[in-house]
Order: sequence, then C-alpha cells, then structure tokens
Amino acid sequence: MSNAKNLLTIKDLHASVEEKQIIKGLNLDIKPGEVHAIMGPNGAGKSTLGYVLSGRDGYTVDSGAVTLDGKNLFEMETEERARAGLFLAFQYPVEIPGVSNLEFLKASVDAQREARGEDAITSADFLKEAKAACKQVNLPIAFLKRGVNEGFSGGEKKRNELMQMLLLKPKLCILDETDSGLDIDALQVVAEGVNSQRSADRSFIVVTHYQRLLDYIKPDFVHVLSDGKIVKSGDASLAHELEAQGYAWLQKEPAEDELEG
Amino acid sequence: MTEQIDKALAREYEAGFVSDVESETFEPGLDESVIQRISEMKGEPEWMLEWRLSAFREWLEMEEPDWALVDYPKIDFQAISYYSAPKSMKDKPKSLDEVDPELLRTYEKLGIPLIEQQMLAGIAVDAVFDSVSVVTTFRDKLEEAGVIFCPISEAIKKHPELVKKYLGSVVAKKDNYYSALNCAVFTDGSFVYIPKGTRCPMELSTYFRINEQNTGQFERTLIIADEGSHVSYLEGCTAPQRDENQLHAAVVELVAMDNAEIKYSTVQNWYPGDENGKGGIYNFVTKRGICHTSAKISWTQVETGSAVTWKYPSCILKGDNSVGEFYSVALTRGRQQADTGTKMIHIGKNTKSTIITKGISAGKSNNSYRGLVRMNPGADGARNFTQCDSLLIGDQCGAHTFPYVESRNPSAIIEHEATTSKVSDEQMFLCRQRGLDPEKAVSMIVNGFCKEVFKELPMEFAVEAGKLLEISLEGSVG
Ligand SMILES: Nc1ncnc2c1ncn2[C@@H]1O[C@H](COP(=O)(O)OP(=O)(O)OP(=O)(O)O)[C@@H](O)[C@H]1O
Ligand SMILES: [Mg+2]
Repeated sequence: MSNAKNLLTIKDLHASVEEKQIIKGLNLDIKPGEVHAIMGPNGAGKSTLGYVLSGRDGYTVDSGAVTLDGKNLFEMETEERARAGLFLAFQYPVEIPGVSNLEFLKASVDAQREARGEDAITSADFLKEAKAACKQVNLPIAFLKRGVNEGFSGGEKKRNELMQMLLLKPKLCILDETDSGLDIDALQVVAEGVNSQRSADRSFIVVTHYQRLLDYIKPDFVHVLSDGKIVKSGDASLAHELEAQGYAWLQKEPAEDELEG
Repeated sequence: MTEQIDKALAREYEAGFVSDVESETFEPGLDESVIQRISEMKGEPEWMLEWRLSAFREWLEMEEPDWALVDYPKIDFQAISYYSAPKSMKDKPKSLDEVDPELLRTYEKLGIPLIEQQMLAGIAVDAVFDSVSVVTTFRDKLEEAGVIFCPISEAIKKHPELVKKYLGSVVAKKDNYYSALNCAVFTDGSFVYIPKGTRCPMELSTYFRINEQNTGQFERTLIIADEGSHVSYLEGCTAPQRDENQLHAAVVELVAMDNAEIKYSTVQNWYPGDENGKGGIYNFVTKRGICHTSAKISWTQVETGSAVTWKYPSCILKGDNSVGEFYSVALTRGRQQADTGTKMIHIGKNTKSTIITKGISAGKSNNSYRGLVRMNPGADGARNFTQCDSLLIGDQCGAHTFPYVESRNPSAIIEHEATTSKVSDEQMFLCRQRGLDPEKAVSMIVNGFCKEVFKELPMEFAVEAGKLLEISLEGSVG
C-alpha cells in the first residue's frame, strides 16, 4: 500500500489516558475523498482516537506513527493540526458562555486563514457564509448571536458542530457520534451536511452506533473498533451485519490474541 | 494547561514607558509646610488651605486600615513626594500650541491624541500628568451648552461657590485614612458641572498619567449633575514601569440631583508590578455618589492594573426612587491583589440597586469582592440584586466573595447570586481544535465571561477594554 496517497496514515498506534492504555495497536489508512465509518461498543476507544488525533492534552501517545498529508501529526500542536485541516465534531460539545457563535467562528476561520497566509475574511462575507451554513443545518439565524453552545439542546449542539465543519472546510472531518440524540429529521440534516461536503479532497471518519446514518451516508469502509484496535473492516454491508448480530462475535478473537501475547 | 495560561499572562505592560519631561518635584516628606506649598503652587484661596490643613490634622489621628484582603509593606508617607509638575506647565499654556510637545506625545503614545482634529469626535479629555492638568479639550463647545469641565484646581478659583458647597459633601474629610490624606494633599483632577435639564453633548473623560518617580498621585474629581441633567464620564489611568511601588489615592465624588443621571466608567490600567510582585501602583481609591429623588448613578469599572487595589465605588440612594448600579470587571494576575466592590446604601423609598461583578484571577493573584447592601428603616420597597461571578485561571490564584447585607426594613428585597468557574480544559481544547492559539482562546473565554459588564461601557471604551484584557492575557498560554 502506498502511503504517499493517503491523507491519514495510522500505524500501530498505542495511546493512553491517565496511564491507562486505551488505544492498543491501531492501523488505519484513509485516502482523500474516502468516508470511513467506525463502529464499536461503548468504551472501545472511539472518542479517544479522535482526541489523540486532534491532540487533546492528557492523551499520551505511547508508540506508533500518524501522518496527515505526509506530515508527522505528533509534531504539531493542537491548533496546528486544526489549521492543517483536521476537524473534530465533538460527541459532547462544550459551552463557552458569552462568546457568540459568530465571533467564535470568525476567529476560528481567520486563524486558519492566517495560517494559510490569507487575509482575514470581511465581516460581511463571513456573515453571508455563516447564515448559509446556519440554514443548511436547520438552525435559526439567531443561533449565530447566542453564546457557543450556551443553553443549546443536545440536538442543536450537534447541528452546531456540523455548522462549524461547513464553515471551516476541513480536509479530514472526524464526526464523533454527531448522529446521537438527533431526531429523524436532524439525522437527515447531518447526513446531507456530510454528503454535501464529500469531495475528492475531503475525507471523513464517521463514528456512529447506528447503521441508519450509514444508509444515508454510504461509507466506503466500515471498521469495528473494539478494545483499542480495529478488529474487523469491510464495506457498507458490514454495518448491516453488526446491526443484526451485535459485536459479541467479533470480540472473541482479540481476546484469544491477548491470551497468547 | 495551567502552565500555558501562566505564560500567556506574562504580558508586556505597554504603557510602561517614561516620558522625558523636566519636572519640578517636591522633596519627599509630608508636614503642614508641604501642604502650604501645594496650596501656594496652585494659587489657592485661603479657605482651601484651611480645608486641607484641617483634613491633615484629622489624618494624623487616624490609623491605616487593615481589613482588606491585601498584603503590602507599610507605606512610608515621608518617603513620597507630594507634588510634581512639568516645568513647562508653570506658566499655564493658553492653548495646545503652547503645550510641551513631549507631553502631547506621551498621550498620543497612550492612544489619546489631544489635538482636537485627531481626537475621537464626541469625547472631551482632561489630561492629568502627575500633579497637574495639562490640557482640557473641547471646552468651548461644552461651554456653549453651559457645561463646566475643567481641572479642579481651576474650579476652586473660578467656581468657589460650587466647590465649597459640594467638595467633601459625599465623602467626608475623615471618611477613611486615604480620603483624609487626599483632602490634605490632592493636586489635580477634574471638575464637572452639568446645568439643570442639560444633556451633556459629549462624553467627558479624564486621563491620569503618573510619570515621576517616588511621587504619589492624589487626584480629586467632583461631578455635579444638576436636576434632570445627564452626563457620561470616563476615566483612564496608566503609569511607567518602575521597581518601586507608587501610591495613588484618589477621591471621586458624584452628586446627582433630582432626576439626574451620571454614568461613570473607569478603565484602570496602572502599572501592576512584575511577575514577582516588584513595583506597581498601590491604588487606594474612595469613590462615592449621592442620588437625590429619582436620580441614577451607574459605576462601571474595568480594573486590570495596579499591584494592590482597594476600591469600592458606592451609591447613597437618598432620594425616593433613586437607582444605583455597579458593574465591575477585575482582572488580577502575577502577584496582583484586588479587594474591590461597592456599597449601596438605600435610604429613600423604592430605591433600586444592581451589582454585577466579574472577578478573574490568574497566576498567584488574589481577587476579592467586598460589597455592602444596607437597607435603612425608611427604605420601603427597596430592592437589590447582586451577582458575583469569579473565573479562575490556573490553580494558584484565589477568589473570594464578602457580601455584607444589613436590612432594617422588612419590605426590602435583597437577592444575591454567586458563581465560581474555571477556564476548563474542554473549552481550551474546543478553541484550539478550531485553530485558535491558546492566548486567543483564553482572551476570548475571558471576554465572554465579562460580556455583561462590557456592554455597560460606552462603545469606544468597550472596544478598548476588550483589547486591554487581550493584552493583559497575552502570553498567559503557550
Ligand atoms: N480521563 C480518563 N481517565 C480514565 N479513563 C478514561 C478517561 N477517558 C476515557 N477513559 C476510558 O477510556 C475508554 C474509552 O473511552 P472512549 O470515550 O474513547 O470510548 P468510546 O468508544 O468513544 O465509547 P462511547 O461509544 O460510549 O462513546 C473507556 O473505558 C473510558 O472509561
Ligand atoms: Mg465516544
């Protein structure tokens, strides 16, 4: 497999939180334009993977290598990774009281533009884009003026994450259960949001528990993450198998591996 | 993360330069002869000198207060010089053209151009440099409206009837240790009189600058808003970066007659001292206003500077239906200490007060809110609402709240809310994940926390205050 063409390459990644190993030898290759779904039981390490990749404090890489666009990800600060095009939609978005969504988003967009050597976007242009993004995720325009996630409902927070993705136009989007806690309509909004952004130079990691989302999104690959590694990969049909059979049949194998090792 | 924030907080103090101005400065020391000389320098009438001397005698009998949660070495009042003025100010310049260009440059560097063409239209400035007022702009325009805006030293001579009547009427000479000292040795400050039914046509502002070494600044401000008038007044302060501590002990008195409204905003950025607490201004200030019937006084302050701050802008709600407000942002970092808050004294019926404070502590600093709400027996139907929020950055700083409530009227309603929060790892991570560097992230989170207070500031100042916090937090993360 040639790494040169990969957008993201994860090689034998081991990572831990609070001295507890969570990611235990994970490999994954993502080419530009691909959509990878990651499924797996609670506590498997899906969110942890997102945090390790985006460089959250407290998440330690023990071994392994990750490159984004051929560059060593672990040599970059959290914000540098973001500026390089890595975006994480949070499973549990946090509130920043008093800082308006608009202000926050413009600052983020400008920081990323500055890193690319571009001028700050004018307020008028940005407002236009932000309104369009708001509309696309079906949030009232008034949400641009509200504090970041301040008092948003669970579903509104998820749509807000998606809106940020639309405005930041990342290369690699990691969506951590963006479909959880959404009503049926919103599920479609998220799916459409993702589909509208699919392009030859943008890739997705979609973490989800529900095959339903994948019916809309149609991933190129589905992986099962269990106990810190990918235990099974397949195409979209794997999601249907999982929906029918659960994860138990997959977990036996790695358990034996561990006994031998 | 804490480490990053601390680094972000290790900012440069941008106003820390010294101006090369030749000054006439008194030898350090304080006794009656020094007060006589100050009065002489100012060309004051005899009654003023008598007033000063009686305050001085009271002060000698008083003890330095120690109840505030601040800790600093004892001040040697004999080691301070009580008067310093640029030599060029000796023969009062008649116009801007005659003002020493170095003085004008100083204010320009601080972002306050005094040349009227370059100024923000709509703001008149009184520039006080050490012990004297250098210039007061837009005076003619204000005079047309009948508004008096001049250095207090000038008001003493030109408007003695107003000064005699109101000076010391809100803050009594012996109110407290520092106010008594101020009465004895104050050198300059601003005087404002807004006539009946007049809406002051522009924002008034005073910009205080300490330049000389080892001098104290004792400013005195008196604002009188006559019946049904309205004024918005702004105050800013900076000082050079020096290793020695310097004393700033001001007294501000506001008088709001029936139906008058005074909005008083402060952006205080005195030199705070270095990371280890060396140098910085001791800011011991008494600010108080009296509200007559249906009058309103609103204090808004953004306190980011000074090594030690001891300050409680207060309202005496004497008239029925009068309103007092206090909005405060106090940021401490490094070794700064702030003990600040307000007093709302409800005397009249249906008086209302609102207190909203935002304390931000970082580094090894200490930030206290101290507030008193008193409902007198006659204050039927009075109401107070208090909200004190503290934001901690890192884990070596302290935030404290001391609310004192005295209610002698059962119909009065007092509400108090307090919260303490932290700049969380999750918030920092979210910001950085979106591409913001840690400094920007902290300043944005802090600005958001202060929003409720910033929106009370006049527009030009709100922007200024936001920037000030940004500078203050620069390097606090990294
Ligand atoms: N700070 C921490 N300290 C200790 N353990 C942690 C910490 N953070 C995560 N973990 C543990 O790491 C494991 C993986 O957590 P993670 O959130 O990555 O799971 P997940 O696959 O996203 O699960 P879910 O489907 O429930 O979202 C869990 O067992 C969790 O308890
Ligand atoms: Mg998770």
